[in-house]
Amino acid sequence: MVTLEDYHSDDPVAWCPGCGNFSILEALKNALVELQEKPSEIVIVSGIGQAAKTPHYLRCNTFNGLHGRTLPVATGIKLANHELTVLAEGGDGDGYTEGGNHFIHAMRRNIDLTYLVHNNQIYGLTKGQTSPTSELGYVSKTTPMGALNPPLNPLLLAIASDCGFVARGFSGDTLHLSNLIQEGILHKGFALIDILQPCVSFNRVNTFQWYSSRVYKINDEEEYDPTNRLKAFEIAQEWGERIPIGIIYRGERSTLNEQEPAIREESLVKQRIDQSTFESIFGSFK
Amino acid sequence: MGVDVSIRIGGQAGQGMQSISFIMGKIFTRHGYYVFINQDVESRIRGGHNFNQVRVQEEPVHAISDEVNLLIALDKGTIDQDLSDLIEGGVLIFDGPTTGFTSDNPNHFSMPLEKLATQAGKSKIMVNSVATGAALALLGYDLQSLLVRLEEEFVAKGKEIVANNRESASAGYRYVQENYKGVYPYRIPPTPLKRKKMLLTGSQAMALGAICSGLKFYSGYPMSPSTPIMEFIASISEEYDIILEPAEDEIAAMNMVIGASFGGARAMTATSGGGFCLMVEGLGLAGMTETPIVVVVVQRPGPATGLPTRTEQADLRFTIHAAHGEFPRAVFAPGYPEQAFYTMGKAFNMAERYQTPVIILGDQHFNDSYFTVDELDGRQIRIDRGDIVSGDKIPSVEGYKRYAWGESGISPRILPGQSAAVSYVDSDEHTETGHITESSEVRKRMVLKRMRKLDGISREMGPPEMYPSNDADVVLLGWGSTYGAMKEAVHFMNREGLRAKMLHFSEIYPLPARNFFKKTLKDGKIFAVENNYSGQFADLFSFETGIPISQKILKYDGRPFSPQEIIAQVKEKM
Repeated sequence: MVTLEDYHSDDPVAWCPGCGNFSILEALKNALVELQEKPSEIVIVSGIGQAAKTPHYLRCNTFNGLHGRTLPVATGIKLANHELTVLAEGGDGDGYTEGGNHFIHAMRRNIDLTYLVHNNQIYGLTKGQTSPTSELGYVSKTTPMGALNPPLNPLLLAIASDCGFVARGFSGDTLHLSNLIQEGILHKGFALIDILQPCVSFNRVNTFQWYSSRVYKINDEEEYDPTNRLKAFEIAQEWGERIPIGIIYRGERSTLNEQEPAIREESLVKQRIDQSTFESIFGSFK
Repeated sequence: MGVDVSIRIGGQAGQGMQSISFIMGKIFTRHGYYVFINQDVESRIRGGHNFNQVRVQEEPVHAISDEVNLLIALDKGTIDQDLSDLIEGGVLIFDGPTTGFTSDNPNHFSMPLEKLATQAGKSKIMVNSVATGAALALLGYDLQSLLVRLEEEFVAKGKEIVANNRESASAGYRYVQENYKGVYPYRIPPTPLKRKKMLLTGSQAMALGAICSGLKFYSGYPMSPSTPIMEFIASISEEYDIILEPAEDEIAAMNMVIGASFGGARAMTATSGGGFCLMVEGLGLAGMTETPIVVVVVQRPGPATGLPTRTEQADLRFTIHAAHGEFPRAVFAPGYPEQAFYTMGKAFNMAERYQTPVIILGDQHFNDSYFTVDELDGRQIRIDRGDIVSGDKIPSVEGYKRYAWGESGISPRILPGQSAAVSYVDSDEHTETGHITESSEVRKRMVLKRMRKLDGISREMGPPEMYPSNDADVVLLGWGSTYGAMKEAVHFMNREGLRAKMLHFSEIYPLPARNFFKKTLKDGKIFAVENNYSGQFADLFSFETGIPISQKILKYDGRPFSPQEIIAQVKEKM
């Protein structure tokens, strides 16, 4: 029986008091316990940023790599040992700018990973510069005249990339978020969970109150069918007075790890080398 | 020296020069000769001027020769550009009607290549088989060996293709027998079929070495001249359960390799200088996280796009210094295929034993050339995966520390999911457990821990190859692909009475610098031979040993050295 205690880490937390990351961490731990995942069979890969510190605050296998490079590392781990549950975690800067190319191609591969993006619409670790999800006109030290470029819509990009699990959560609703994370882990294939989160130190626009008064659960008011891709495109564009959270899109597609012939019988990490089997390759050169 | 024949086949990209040279190379290899084939190609799919040169000897051969004995021109451009390399008594085979070239020289032998191809092979594209037949007739080799080879080469394409190629080759062969009236002196005596030796490229030797070392995961992005490594591994990946994942860019390739290695699979990538630029960020990540990785860098002339299909050795300094900060690494640069094959085994073992990146340098000249080698033996590669612990071997499951302090700097590694312990790995400076730290004490200890691994690595770097071992007045100093040209230059110089020897390094960094050099090199004048502008290895050598380099023989036109060229430069600089 896996309990919260099994996921306890002694590493002192280095986040600002009141940061949305605390509730995302709680939601993540609860999800892993709910699913009875063993810490030794989990790997959380992260990049650089405040969000990317998260795995240190759980007890499980962790690869805290480089800014923007979470997804290729996570892909390599999953292919080496597909029996592991692999999660990737980072912020909006990490995932949507520095790692933009990897994001598109991880979705294209449909590698079986769950990707948590802490989206606070700002660069937190470097002290409050404009990010790819900052609002148009957002004023910061790097855009003193206001951001000239509109924000990237990660959900639209994911649906267009045929990502089979596209969800948005909110750090202010831990239970809902924890359920999304569980669904994401259970989903066979790449799962994106974009998590709205206030940055209490730097983002004075998109505050806790700002988000709280806007987010609504897509299933609350009427039945929502996430398998309808056209509807999903429509919902993913809703932003402003009302911001939907929940599973926006769901689709089925074979995963890279399922299709890979080399690991049909056992994972790479378990395979033993028998050099005598290479004779036929040598023969082809004679 | 016995047989030493160089056959150059020139034409436009797409005319099948590679097929002619490969078929000839395969025949001579199977019949016990040693062959070296180099490819001189432009970065295009059709047109331009390309040539392949096949050199045949009775002893192992690893270098080109400036002296062409037989020139097969499939177009007019070859006659214009290559005829001057044909030596006295050598023969040019060309198609008079199609090239419009005429000559009174009896050694310029015009034959209707295209007409014979259309008549005997039912298509103009059979010109290369006609030319192969003609060449073998001139060389005095038997037709039957060629017919057998053509059948094997084309059997997958159907009976008709086999028949057309065989008819074309026979027509070319007969035409020479019936119409060539001169005396061609550079003959290759027919020998019985042996099928003991192998014909393979430098890239194939590297890929085979990796496979025999237990390679399980490869990710990469195609880049000349490294692509054949990726393609060869892809071609056998299904049969041998290797994952080959094409990456969106070299950054992803490197990071996937790091992830796969962390996950427990032996993993590598290959690229050329430009791709390696993108990988450098990840190289540092592997150094900091102490993740074993193997990277092959097949050099081509740079900077930027440079000369994509040509050769250079200008990335030595780049690879030994690549990435910010300090971390241990090993760099190898094999000089011939057998060395490349076994070096891959050493590279994978060292990467895992020292938990750090290992780089193998190749270059276009080495990687694209074909060599005949005596049989390689995969079982001679002993796989040593280093200090990986699981089960009872983990002192404390709860208290496992990925970066536990130890004298050697090497900490026992667990593989995720293969034990009850968990491992924290971090690109930030980290504690023994693997958590982020700012402590000055811990920082110092961790830098020391990582850099201490360099002591162990240094002890394992093998000495250079000295040939021959006698005292010498001229010492050729080099590394990597200049091996063949230097060795042959030394051989010729000694035959001419100039006392010379070669010192060839294939294990480059950390340089195995020992007192040995001062003793062995005290008398001779040292000539560094390198395919670059600044003499990068010469500088490294002088820096590490304190021994000055007298002269540098440098070449940076994108073409490989020939032995004759080295000798000429030595004489000039003596």
